[in-house]
Amino acid sequence: MQKIIKIIILFIFLFVIGIFYISLTRDTNYNTSSLINKETPEFKIISFDNSNFYTRDDIKKSNYTLINFWASWCAPCKIEHPILMKLSQIKNLSILGINFKDNNTQAKKFLSELGNPYDLLAKDKNGKHSVKFGIYGIPESILINKELMIIQKFVGPLSVDDYNNIIKIIEQL
Amino acid sequence: MKLNLFLLLFIIFSKFSFAVEKTVDPNLIYKNLRCLVCQGQSISDSNSDFAQTIKLVVKDLIDEGKTDEEIYTFMADKYGDWIVFKPQFNTQNSLLWILPYIVLILGGFFIFSFLKIKKRQ
Repeated sequence: MQKIIKIIILFIFLFVIGIFYISLTRDTNYNTSSLINKETPEFKIISFDNSNFYTRDDIKKSNYTLINFWASWCAPCKIEHPILMKLSQIKNLSILGINFKDNNTQAKKFLSELGNPYDLLAKDKNGKHSVKFGIYGIPESILINKELMIIQKFVGPLSVDDYNNIIKIIEQL
Repeated sequence: MKLNLFLLLFIIFSKFSFAVEKTVDPNLIYKNLRCLVCQGQSISDSNSDFAQTIKLVVKDLIDEGKTDEEIYTFMADKYGDWIVFKPQFNTQNSLLWILPYIVLILGGFFIFSFLKIKKRQ
């Protein structure tokens, strides 16, 4: 009986140590990697100039689409803007910009000053559309292929490494 | 008399039907959703931009007739299980749900065996 007790105590000890080890070595930063390789959600979003709506069908037209959530009040969006301008020159890549909870005049001013990298420009006035894409802060970008699969998600401003990564993915075509 | 009986039955059955209809309480859902940009706050506690947006989406989902389980699944689908305070049962966290019951059964068995041996002695 004492032997069983000793084994049980040892088992509990090892179990507790194991739990601590897993918990302490786990990456606690929130990421949206669960969305990768999933299909793009259905959406119908109004264009920036209120003239029409964009849906998933508009994404299918290009081999790759980068959906970029941005706003004029967002300082990191200004940081990533030169990268977006560079990306806008790439063939096979279309950029859908979604202006997030922004003022129209300010957003227009932002684009006229820094340039407009977007092939399609939409707006999400109350942020409801962003939830469909698992967005929790801006800037965030999502790379989607023609089959509407999410290939990569970029949380925070796009960096030079992200740019190279996108180029690498597109060149695989 | 007949009218009174009819009214009584009507009240009882209408109450019963109301009781069966499950209403979705948005505040309860807000309390069970984590604010991802806050420090340990729920959507209900937070006034952040993210929390306000989630509240709007939850209200829309309720208006669409979604149940609370469907809303939690939707949110977990978009933001991962981390957004739900009470995680849903799946293969990844099955141990978390099953382990307390296993420990309870093993513990009961252990105490029972221990007492039996002690009684014999």
